[in-house]
Formats: sequence, structure tokens, C-alpha cells
Amino acid sequence: MVEHFFLGSSIFLILLILISLIRVVGGPTVGDRILGGNVVGTKTTVLLLLIGILYEDLGMFVDIAIAYALLNFIATLGATKYFLRRGGVDKMLDDVITRHEDASADASKGGSS
Amino acid sequence: MTIVVSIFILGGLFFFAIGVLGILRFPDFYSRLHAAGKSDSLAAVLVIAGVALYNLQDLSLDNLLVSLKIMLIAVFIYVASPTATHALTKTALILGFEPWEKGNKRR
Amino acid sequence: MWLFCSYLLLYCIERHTYTDIQHFYKLGLLLMKAKIATFTIMLIFWVIMSGMFDAFHFSLGVLCCMLVAYISSDLLFLDKGQPWLRELAGMLLYLPYLFWQIVIANLQVAYIALHPRMLDKIDPHLFRFDSSLKRPISKVALAQSITLTPGTITVNIHDNQFAVYALTKEAAEALPGEMERRVAKALEFE
Repeated sequence: MVEHFFLGSSIFLILLILISLIRVVGGPTVGDRILGGNVVGTKTTVLLLLIGILYEDLGMFVDIAIAYALLNFIATLGATKYFLRRGGVDKMLDDVITRHEDASADASKGGSS
Repeated sequence: MTIVVSIFILGGLFFFAIGVLGILRFPDFYSRLHAAGKSDSLAAVLVIAGVALYNLQDLSLDNLLVSLKIMLIAVFIYVASPTATHALTKTALILGFEPWEKGNKRR
Repeated sequence: MWLFCSYLLLYCIERHTYTDIQHFYKLGLLLMKAKIATFTIMLIFWVIMSGMFDAFHFSLGVLCCMLVAYISSDLLFLDKGQPWLRELAGMLLYLPYLFWQIVIANLQVAYIALHPRMLDKIDPHLFRFDSSLKRPISKVALAQSITLTPGTITVNIHDNQFAVYALTKEAAEALPGEMERRVAKALEFE
């Protein structure tokens, strides 16, 4: 009975992974693809634990899950750092945020008047 | 005990489903980050806590150590998930993805 | 074996900080404390991770932990002599509130994601606010908490300015409020 429950949960998780692959394959921007990869990685970490219960060898699969969680985090950070290599990021960000703030302030003023 | 474990795991699967649904439905990259970063971390921690409780059913030193390791994964996910979200937002702003505003159609 | 290992550790520490102790006695003592604390934390990690208690594996762990503590104890304890016990207590008091906020955030995301007319519900925009927090660790704690709580994501911390991306108007107006006060109570001492 309990095995069936864990098997069902694993199959549901695999379905969710397949659905979130839509964002990885067809996401309109680069960020969507990185985000999709991150989400799939988190689900895989949990899926490894469930597989460990199904094989009744949790001690081994926990180590694999830890390694996978670390790799997932490092991969996301590396993929984002690839775009942030140039200097002066803080100043650029300030400019971008100021532009967006001005735009939204204009929009709200236009909407109220 | 089995009931508590199944409640934890079902709750985790529910929030995973919410996260995937949010990723598919939200109109732009930044709101997708909201869905992914929040629901994924809570869902993962719920399922992981369920697995750790299930592992503790027959208590021994080995099982205790394995459960401690599993909770270590949970703590790590809690530290790592906001950091990854933060890095992604920063990158997206630098690359100049336009946020969605009221009245635009979804992308 | 035990005696030998602890003696070796003490020898390493003493030789490394010998000149420090001569010139700055207090600083050397703090360095030694940091090294011993790093060693203890690393050893606890090793025991949890390996799960084997026979002499060979355990001595291997002690050796690795000593190497790590010898080389990089200044990574874990950045400031000299910071009150990390009180920090730990403050974080433990702060965590239940944070967890409750996370649950609320998830329910809100679920409500918005399941709503049929979702585009009417959300109104995303960027804004900035100034924070009065001084220490780097409390700034980081506040940033992570903002990311995990309802409808907001931290984008950048520049000096004292937090740039935040909010999903709804109500979430934007709630900052900085309750959460900053709680973080200040938990982690700001000076």
C-alpha cells in the first residue's frame, strides 16, 4: 500500500518535470530556460529521495540527492554569472531601476488624471 | 504516522503542481520567478520532511543519521533557492527584459 | 589516537599564531578560537555525512577537518570576535515567523495562479526603499526573507538601498515594515 503511494507520487513528479520542460524548450527568453532548468533540478532532487524509498536503499540515494542539489545551485549561478561578467553592474542596475520607476510613476499619473 | 507522512508528501506535490502551473500561466519572466522561487522551496521542503519522517519509523542510529542528512538538503534548498532567484532577477534586469505592465498582452 | 590528533591540532594552531600571540595577544587568541570552532563544526558535518565510526574513516575525517581549519578558518568567522551565539539565538527566534510568512506567500501564489482572470489580479512594478540595517549579515537575512515572503523579490542591495520587485500593490506597501523590525531585533546588537 505504502509502496503504491510512493510510486504514484514519483510518477506525478515525473509528469510535472515533463510539463516544466515546455518552458525549457520553448521559453521566449534565455532567463525562462535557466529558470526551467532550476525548477527541474529541484524536482529531481526530491524524485531521487522517493526512488531511494522505492529501492529501500535511502542511505545511498541521499548522497546522490545532496550532490544533485549542490550541482543544481552551482549550475544556475554559473549560467547567470555568465551574463554578469562585465564591470559596473551596480551602476547599470541603478540606471535600469530608475528608468522603470519613472515609467511606472508616469503611468500611474496618466491613469489618475 | 503513515497519515502524517502522506499529508506532508501530498501537500508538497500540490505546491509543486502550483509552481509548474504558475510557470506556465504567468505573463512575464519576473512573475514566473515569483511562482517558481516560492512554491518550489516550500514544496521541496515538505516532501523532504515527509521522507525523513518515513525513514524514522524504525528508529536506529543509521536511520537517524540518514534523516539528519535529508534535513540538511532541506536547509540547503532554503538557503539556495532565494539566492538563485535573486541572481536570475539581476541578470534579467541587466539583459533588459521588459517587465509586463497592465494592458499588455501576455508573452 | 585521540590524544595524538588533538596534540597535533594544538601544535598547528600554536605554531601558526605564535608571532601573533607575541605581538597581539588578544588577536591570536581570537584566531585560535575561530580555528577550534571551525574544526568542531567541520567534524560534526563529517560525522553526519559519513556515518561510519571505525578508526580509519574517523581519523581521515579528523585530518581533513584540521587541514580545512588550518587553511580557511577566516572564511567562516569573518569579523573578529562577533557574538555568533547570540546571532544563532536571534535566528532561532526569528525562524517561526519567517516560516509562517512563507506559508502565507505560497497560499497567495496558489490563489493567484489558480484564479481564472489572473491578469487582473497582478500589477507588477519595481521600487526602492532605504533600510536602517547596519550589519551585512542582517541585510542578507532581510533580502532572503523578502524573497521568500508574499509577492516580493529582492533585486539588488546597493549600500543601504534595497531594490524590490513586487507582484501586487499591497505587497509593495507592506515594505519595509514588520519584517525589518523583526530582523533588527534578531540580529542588530550594536
